[in-house]
Amino acid sequence: MARTVTSQRKALTTAAAWIVGLLIFFPILWTILTSFKTEAQAIASPPIFLNFDWTLENYAIVQDRSDYMRFLWNSIIIAGGSTLLGVIIAVPAAWSMAFVPSKRTKDILLWMLSTKMLPAVGVLYPIYLLFIKLGLLDTRTGLVIVLMLINLPIIVWMLYTYFREIPGEILEAARMDGATLKEEILYVLTPMAIPGIASTILLNFILAWNEAFWTLNLTAAKAGPLTAFIASYSSPEGLFYAKLSAASTMAIAPILILGWFSQKQLVRGLTFGAVK
Amino acid sequence: MATKASRSAARLMMAPAVILLLGWMLVPLTMTLWFSFRKFLPMRGGDLGWAGFDNYARFVTSSSFWPAVYTTLLIVGGVLVITVMLGVLLALLLDQPIWGQGVVRILVIAPFFVMPTVSALVWKNMFMDPVNGLFAHLFKFFGAEPVVWLTDAALPSIIMIVSWQWLPFATLILLTAIQSLDSEQLEAAEMDGAPSLKRFWFIILPHLSRAITVVILIQTIFLLSIFAEIFVTTQGAFDTRTLTYLIFQRITDAQNIGLGSAGGIYAIILANIVAIFLMRIVGKNLDA
Amino acid sequence: MSIKNTLRAATALSLISAGSVFADGHATTITIATVNNGDMVRMQGYTDKFTEETGIQVDWVTLEENVLRQRVTTDITAKGGQFDIMTIGMYETPIWGANGWLVPLDDLSAEYDADDILPAMRGGLSHDGTMYAAPFYGESSMIMYRTDLMEAAGLEMPDAPTWEFVASAARAMTDKDNEIYGICLRGKAGWGENVAFLTATSNAFGARWFDEDWNAQFDGDAWSNTLNFYIELMNDAGPPGASNNGFNENLSLFQQGKCGMWIDATVAASFVTNPADSTVADKVGFALAPDTGLGKRGNWLWAWALAIPAGTNKEAEAKQFIEWATSKDYIELVAANEGWANVPPGARTSLYENPNYASVPFAEMTLKSILSADPINPTIDPVPYVGVQFVAIPEFAGIATEVGQEFSAALAGQQTAEEALAKAQALTNDAMEAAGYR
Repeated sequence: MARTVTSQRKALTTAAAWIVGLLIFFPILWTILTSFKTEAQAIASPPIFLNFDWTLENYAIVQDRSDYMRFLWNSIIIAGGSTLLGVIIAVPAAWSMAFVPSKRTKDILLWMLSTKMLPAVGVLYPIYLLFIKLGLLDTRTGLVIVLMLINLPIIVWMLYTYFREIPGEILEAARMDGATLKEEILYVLTPMAIPGIASTILLNFILAWNEAFWTLNLTAAKAGPLTAFIASYSSPEGLFYAKLSAASTMAIAPILILGWFSQKQLVRGLTFGAVK
Repeated sequence: MATKASRSAARLMMAPAVILLLGWMLVPLTMTLWFSFRKFLPMRGGDLGWAGFDNYARFVTSSSFWPAVYTTLLIVGGVLVITVMLGVLLALLLDQPIWGQGVVRILVIAPFFVMPTVSALVWKNMFMDPVNGLFAHLFKFFGAEPVVWLTDAALPSIIMIVSWQWLPFATLILLTAIQSLDSEQLEAAEMDGAPSLKRFWFIILPHLSRAITVVILIQTIFLLSIFAEIFVTTQGAFDTRTLTYLIFQRITDAQNIGLGSAGGIYAIILANIVAIFLMRIVGKNLDA
Repeated sequence: MSIKNTLRAATALSLISAGSVFADGHATTITIATVNNGDMVRMQGYTDKFTEETGIQVDWVTLEENVLRQRVTTDITAKGGQFDIMTIGMYETPIWGANGWLVPLDDLSAEYDADDILPAMRGGLSHDGTMYAAPFYGESSMIMYRTDLMEAAGLEMPDAPTWEFVASAARAMTDKDNEIYGICLRGKAGWGENVAFLTATSNAFGARWFDEDWNAQFDGDAWSNTLNFYIELMNDAGPPGASNNGFNENLSLFQQGKCGMWIDATVAASFVTNPADSTVADKVGFALAPDTGLGKRGNWLWAWALAIPAGTNKEAEAKQFIEWATSKDYIELVAANEGWANVPPGARTSLYENPNYASVPFAEMTLKSILSADPINPTIDPVPYVGVQFVAIPEFAGIATEVGQEFSAALAGQQTAEEALAKAQALTNDAMEAAGYR
C-alpha cells in the first residue's frame, strides 16, 4: 500500500466518521435512553441526556399490558419460517439461472422483482377474502406464506448474484467425475455458496421482521408479531414517550443484537450481493 | 456448457419459484380487476352489479389523483437523491482508514434494523413534536421559533424519515463498490497531480455507476409502496397523500372497494411505467 | 455466531413453526379487539377476574384508534370472523346493526339491568329500537379550564359560557413566552378528530353538513364563520403545531399545564384531575361547551361500546363478557381498587345517582353535558341525518377524512378557510353523487 496516511489525517477522518455515525445512530440511542426515564423526565425541558434516575418501570408496564414473549415468538417464527421457505424454493431457481442461463433469464429476474411493485393496499381486500376461504387468517402459516412470496424475488436475485460468483469450471469438473445433478448441488455448490446463503437469510429475516402491512392486517390475537405489538403504543392517552420508547426498544432490540453478532454476513447481505 | 438435459432440468428447478410468483401476481390482480369494474360498497350491501368504467373515470378525475401521483414521485425521487448523495459522501468517508471502523459501520447501518412503524413513531413524537420534540428544544436553545415539522414541512419531514431508514443501505452498497476500486488507478491519478475533485468525478463516480443503479432499483421497489411512515405521521394530510395512501383511503375509510380497486390498477400501471423506465437503465448496467 | 449454528437454529425454528400451527388450544377463548384508551387498558388488567369467575379465557388485540377502525371494518365487511367482540363507537353501531352484522343485545340478563343505561347512550347504540352494542363508557364534550390561570386573568368562567367569552378568555390567558396557550382544540385531520370537534362546534354557529336534499352546505356563511373563528382563535391563543394535535396530544399538553382551556371529551376529566399523570390535577374547572346564543351548544355524544359480530361461534361467551365489562359490578370493582374518579363514566344512570360518585368534581358537568346533547336534532336548521359530531351515513367516514385534511391544512395556514370550504364542498358533493344521494 503506497498511499501513506499521516496519523493526523487519520485522527481527523476518524473524528468525522464517528460524529456522522453517532448522529445517524442517535435516534435509536435516544429511544433506548428515554425508555429508562420516567414519563416526566422523558419530556423534561431542557431534555435530560444521561443524568436521570434510571428505571425499569416502563418495561414492567409494557410487559404487564402485553405479553411480549408471544409477539416475539411469532416474529421469530414468521420471519424465520418465511425466509427459510423462500430460500428452499429460491435455491434451485437461482441455480438454474446462474449456471444454465438463457436469453430470458434476465427478463424473468426483472419480472420477479417487478412483482414487488404491486401496491399491497390495492390487493388487501382480495387477499383478505382469500385468506378467509383458506382459513389462513390470524395463522402463522398464512403469514409465512405471504411474507415468503413478498421476499421471494429478492431472495432469488441475491442468490443468483452469489451463485454467479462461483466459477463454472468447478461444476464442470464435478460433472466429469460423474457427479449427478443432486450431488453437484448438495456437495459442490452448496458448501461454496453457504456464505451467500447465510447473508441472504439474514437480510430477508430482517425484511420479514420489519414488514408491517400484512402482518398487521392479517392477524388478530394469535399470530400477531412485534409489528402488532407496537401498534398499541402509538399515542395512547396521556404521557407516553417513555412507554413508547420501552416498547420500541423491545421491538427492535432482537434485530439489533442479531445484527451486531452477524455483522459480516449482514453487511454482505445488505448489498444484496449485487456489488462486489 | 448447457446441454439439452440440463436446460430442461433448469426449467424444472425454476418452476416452483416462477409458478408461485405468477400465482401471487395473477390471483390478486384478477380479483382486483374484477372488483374494479363492479359497484362494490360493503357498507351498502356489497356487490351491487357492474359499474363499467365508472370507477376508473371517478378515480382519475378526483381532485386528489394527480397530486397523489406527484407526491408519490416526489417522495421516491427525494429519498433517492438524498440517499445516493449522502451515501456516496458517507462511503467515501468510511473508506478512509479510521479507528473503530467496525463500530462506526454498525452505527451507520443500525437504522436499517428499525421497523418503519417504530421509526415513524420515534421521529414524529420524540424529535418532530413542536413542543416536546428534541428539535423543538434545539431550536429554542438557539432562540429560534420551533418548526412544526409534520405540518409546515410535512413532505420533507417524511422524506427525511424514510431517507434515514434507507441511507444505511445506500452507504453500504456504495462503500463495497468503492472498496473494490483499483487503488493503483487512483494512485496513478494522484501521482499525475489530478485534484481530488477530478479524481472523484472521472474515476470514482463512473466506477460507482453500477452500484448506484442497484441502489436506485432496489430502493424504488420498496419506496413506491411506503405506507407506515405516512399512516403514523400525517395520515395523508398536508399534501403527503401518495397514490398508495389514496387507495387505502378509498378502500378503508370510504369503503368503496370498486373505486379503490380501480386505483390499485392505476398504481400497478404507474409501478410498471417506473419499472420499465428502470429496467431500461438497469438492464444495461446489470450486464456489466 | 457461526453460520452453521445460525442455519441450524433457523431450521429448528421453522420446524417448530410448522408443528405449532396445529396446536391451537381447545379451552374457550374469546378474542376482543379494543382501542388503547386508558379505560380499556385498565379493563384488560381486570380480565383475570373475569376468567376466574367464568373460566373463559380472553385474548386482547389492543390497537391505536385508527388502526383499530381499519382492522375491525375490514374484518366485519369481509366477514373474516377474527374477533368475538369489537370495540366500536356510536357512528358504526347503527350502520352495522342495520346491515345485520351485529348480534342484537336485547336478551341481556335482568341482573344486568339494561334499562339503567343512560337513554342517550342506549339510543345512539341502537337501530330500530334494538341495542347492538353495550356502552363501556360514554362521553359528551365540555370545557376543561385552569382555575388558577382564569383567576390570574381576572375572569370567571360561567357554567354555560358563550364562544365570545371563551375566545376572549383564551386570548387573555395566553402567555406564549412561558408556553401557556389559552386554548387547545383538536386540529389533527380525521373524522374522529378535528371534524368531530368542528362539526359539533358548527352546530352552535348555525351550520349543518347537508340540507334536506343532501346538498353539502360548506358554501354557506355559517360554515365560513365557524372555520374562520376557529382558525383566528387558534392562531392567537393555540399551541404551535395545533394542526397535528388530536385528543391525545391535547390531553398531554393539558396535563403538562400548557393549556388554559381545552374543549374535548368529558372522559378526559378523570385524566386531567388524576395527580399521578397530571401536573395541574387540583386546578381544573369544568363548564358546558360554549354556544353562540343561537340555541344549540356544540357538545357531542359518543360512546365506546362493545359489540358482537354476527357469525361468531362464541356468542354466549362474548355476551357473558360484555355483561361483565359493562355491568354495575365492574364499576364497583374499579371504584374499590382505584377510586371513584377512575370508573368508566357516562354509561349508567345509577352511577350518577350514587352518592359516592357525586363527590367526584366532574361528575355533574359530565352528566349535564351528556343530557344536553341532541343527536336527533343536532342543528338549528333541519337536516336529514342524525348525529352531533358526525353524520350517521356509511359514506361519512370517507368524506370527513378528506374534509378534515382540508380543514387541517387551513389551520396550518397552507390555505385560507374559504379555499378549504370550497374544496370540502366540491368533494362532498362529488362523493354524495357517487353514492347516489343526489
